[in-house]
Amino acid sequence: MIELKPLSPATGLLPLDIGGVTLREAEMAALTLIAPYMGREAQLTEALEAAHGLGWPQAGETSASGAARLIWFGRKQAVLVGAAASAKLAAHAALTDQSDAWSCVVLEGAGARDVLARLAPLDMRDVAFPVGATARTEVFHMACSITRIEAQSWQIMGFRSMAKTLVHDLQVAMEGVAARAKPALT
Amino acid sequence: MRIACPLCGERDSREFSYKGHALALERPAEDAGVAAWDDYLHNRDNPAGLTQELWFHDMGCASWLVAERNTVTHEFGAVRLAEDVKGAKP
Ligand SMILES: [Zn+2]
Repeated sequence: MIELKPLSPATGLLPLDIGGVTLREAEMAALTLIAPYMGREAQLTEALEAAHGLGWPQAGETSASGAARLIWFGRKQAVLVGAAASAKLAAHAALTDQSDAWSCVVLEGAGARDVLARLAPLDMRDVAFPVGATARTEVFHMACSITRIEAQSWQIMGFRSMAKTLVHDLQVAMEGVAARAKPALT
Repeated sequence: MRIACPLCGERDSREFSYKGHALALERPAEDAGVAAWDDYLHNRDNPAGLTQELWFHDMGCASWLVAERNTVTHEFGAVRLAEDVKGAKP
């Protein structure tokens, strides 16, 4: 009998550790895109609260309850990570299983923000982008989702089909930041 | 250029795509006649100064925006969600 093994989007590409900044693949998880039906936002918010203990995130925000996280994902969209979406949400929102559609990587370390600054046109100062903040933006010409999950830790989601490109672009930026940090030759 | 998306905040213009004049939102009725449709499809003013334009935040939140821009200085004024300008029906 043939046994099929699931492969993560960045299989064989990660982890990387360059100049004290690490890039690893986040564990594969169920991703559900939640898009409220027009006029059903209030009912969806109630259902989310009841089923998952999660509030609907405002633009640029995330909400969390235990392992479940709801990440704002664009206009009238959020993606649920870390929990299977309750069927009760389906009356108020379009639910789409996107587990296999995204590559999810985590960039960590003291220089991680400098790496992202080379790739994304975002204001990532602490006042503008604190822990828990999220943005849809571009990572070197690719549409991505960036979420600050800890003070020096950023989750980056890109299209699964472009996982290799995402890792490549991040790697080049990591190498650039590391090279800049080296003391000048004497 | 930087564009203040009502959802995402001020972002670099590379995240946006330009569509054209916001007149595109004012679609004539189906039976409005050839002249009205010809005007809607083909005729646009070319102002030196303030104009209203449709921009798409394609690398961001995927909102259609109606943005005021000064064609002389490229300065942006008020930016609104197109759904708030046009109204959206369930
Ligand atoms: Zn936006």
